[in-house]
Amino acid sequence: MHLLKHGPGKRALKAFDNRQEIIKAGLSRRDLLKLGILTGAGCLVDGFTSRSAIAGSPPTRAFVDLLPTVRDGTMPVQTALTLNPAPTAAPNTAAGEGRTITHQAFNQFPAQKFYGVTQKAGQVLVSPDLPAQTLWGFAVGTPDMNNPITVPGPLYVAHYGEPIIVRNFNRLPPAGQNGGFGLPSVTTHLHNGHTPSESDGNPCDFFEIGRFYDQHYPNVLAGINSTHPGTGDINEAMSTLWYHDHRVDFTAQNVYKGLAGFYALFNQFDTGDELTGFHLPSFPQFDIHMMFADKVFDSRTGLLAFDLFNLDGILGDRFTVNGKIQPVLHVSPRRYRFRWLDAGPSRFYQFFLTDLNNLGAHNLFWQISTDGNLRPTPKQVESVRISVAERADVIIDFTPFAGKTLYLENRLQQNDGRGPTDHVIKPAGQGDRVLQIVVDGPQVADNSGNPATMKFYSLPDATATPRVSRTFVFDNSGPGWQINGRSFDCNQVRFTVQQNSVEKWTLVNDGGDWEHPIHIHFEEFQTLSINGRAPTDSPLVNTGRKDVLRLEADATAVLFFRFRDFLGKYPLHCHNTVHEDHAMMLRWDIAPVGDTNTTP
Amino acid sequence: MSNLSRRAWLGMGAAEGSDWVTRSPRELIRDDHFPNVPLITHEGERVRFYDDLIKDKFVTINMVYTSCKLACPLVTANLVRVQDLLKERVGRDLFMYSITIDPKRDTPRVLKRFASAHGVGKGWQFLTGKPDDIEHLRRKLGFRWADPVRDANKDYHTGNLRYGNEPLMLWGTVPGIANPSWVAKCILFVDRSGSGHASRLECCTASS
Repeated sequence: MHLLKHGPGKRALKAFDNRQEIIKAGLSRRDLLKLGILTGAGCLVDGFTSRSAIAGSPPTRAFVDLLPTVRDGTMPVQTALTLNPAPTAAPNTAAGEGRTITHQAFNQFPAQKFYGVTQKAGQVLVSPDLPAQTLWGFAVGTPDMNNPITVPGPLYVAHYGEPIIVRNFNRLPPAGQNGGFGLPSVTTHLHNGHTPSESDGNPCDFFEIGRFYDQHYPNVLAGINSTHPGTGDINEAMSTLWYHDHRVDFTAQNVYKGLAGFYALFNQFDTGDELTGFHLPSFPQFDIHMMFADKVFDSRTGLLAFDLFNLDGILGDRFTVNGKIQPVLHVSPRRYRFRWLDAGPSRFYQFFLTDLNNLGAHNLFWQISTDGNLRPTPKQVESVRISVAERADVIIDFTPFAGKTLYLENRLQQNDGRGPTDHVIKPAGQGDRVLQIVVDGPQVADNSGNPATMKFYSLPDATATPRVSRTFVFDNSGPGWQINGRSFDCNQVRFTVQQNSVEKWTLVNDGGDWEHPIHIHFEEFQTLSINGRAPTDSPLVNTGRKDVLRLEADATAVLFFRFRDFLGKYPLHCHNTVHEDHAMMLRWDIAPVGDTNTTP
Repeated sequence: MSNLSRRAWLGMGAAEGSDWVTRSPRELIRDDHFPNVPLITHEGERVRFYDDLIKDKFVTINMVYTSCKLACPLVTANLVRVQDLLKERVGRDLFMYSITIDPKRDTPRVLKRFASAHGVGKGWQFLTGKPDDIEHLRRKLGFRWADPVRDANKDYHTGNLRYGNEPLMLWGTVPGIANPSWVAKCILFVDRSGSGHASRLECCTASS
């Protein structure tokens, strides 16, 4: 297997294999060309693989729909309301609450605002060339308000120091009416809030149709009950979070079906106003969230299709941004902040800015954050790579591109759900153009700061001696996806972290060509080393505070954590949602007294 | 392309919008994943995979082979404990299927001996058939890997247990060697009858 791994013939073999399967399926070369599945040279169009049980999507036009944004009012914003009955610290089982655990910080951080959100089915348009889709999404407000769902869901505008409570209502259709996939049983994770366990949206805290679940988001900085009493550590501030369903065994299906959205967290520095604080481009006019999700649509019905019986990971052949296939964004010639999120289920992206009339150009921009956490300073880059659940905020200055049309282009080759193939970067113009950016907006004032001279937060100290060092081996031996030779079980606590302690975790990818986006809930980490060397920021940014680690094939990464403030259960898991649903996850707890299990 | 009229676009060979086929998602799942191949049970009964084993049923499906030295004996022993936990439901409204991946060797008689040796109870059938049909079924049920070397190794197909509720279009997967109580609880995720609901809530509340 390892002989084959780096051999030149491997991809050719795979292409041959794919073609043989298609030939067996009885499709002629002419059919394939017509369907856009085969290129003239006889290769499969990238992003399409016969490994999936589902054939390719029907043709769709690119760059017709506008990108839905808060700026244009096409991505709704959550609005505060009065909840009745009023939220309680203990679960209000009598009123239909599905929560089973008392809020641990309800009185310490009393909520100042209340929100309702209703999870239900609704009709959504993803392309002018496909029929209306019945997806699952989040609707602003309580069920009786009867607002429509959107995919992605409404954006939360939250502020540090302003605790909130979100009441999630499950009003999904009953089993048997899911359109072919999706379990109407949910738990909504705020990725990666510094949130008490019972409000985290743990995979095991799911609740059923007809019930609700109050989630208490203190919106506090890590360290508030420990290292930095009363204030928290400003260097732990987060900016770009997202929420998504995390139902154990069914996360891939439910998120693919639409249950995801953004959560923006502002403070006195990242203010949303370019005249104040760090002078980042103003929200929402010049600060735009983008959720990337690749999909497959059934060629017979034109409806969203999910491969129910896939083990490697699922790739789509249609690229949606904020729920639309290959949309268009109009911008003015000035600086913008874009907040990028890979919402999965399994694809890795490496984004470049492409001008089709100048393919040789190196169009540079500034990466300002990793996983939604501002870096000490912006880093000038030509591309950004993100795997599932990773986020990257960037600043792009469109001034030099006035009057031009650019594309956000994914040039990272990936042939199946395992991961990007040998990290091959396709030539400019030959990748997946996921978004068209037309620089035809009016000349407008730009009061945002110059990224070249911006300074954000310092990195928190990562030199403290760990109380315990633990090792996690991710593999796929006979029994399936595993961590340290075991699979997930909600009731099995694999290890216990001592509250307010420092730990060092070593993640090891032990097998095959897989790459795993490993996500750890609750605390951000810093990477101490990758394959024995300190991480670098060239050409790709690998330093900074993160909550997802791209664990490449045969790689070993050492991470530094400081676990603080709250108690309870959290998961560690692969965020390739197919791997996650096949039990590549474990439960760990935070308690006043921890253990010293080094290979839990 | 974006400046093309819809008509011009359709003229280029795109599917006409009104041409979409109206098919129930349940039918599509059947077509994509449940070929109606003939199989033989370890009791010697001739059955059709979809018509007799899957249609209208709440089921578990895994792949085994009797000469397997690695996962299969462990998984089978574990699933016997799962069957015990699910009690009389197995054979009444929940059916367990273990399909051999080595049909040449695993005749009904061999499978019967294997099932007896493991103490398999009623409602759990071991199945064999023609090699081509079994291979077709394996791929359709997704007991397959993108890596051809890995996919050629039978041991890599024996670890996962599919669980599903065909009429409700609910399908999930759990490792066959997970804790039996966890495997049983996962199976009940797709049981949307009253008794299953209680099990689901009980399954995941542990926080102590």
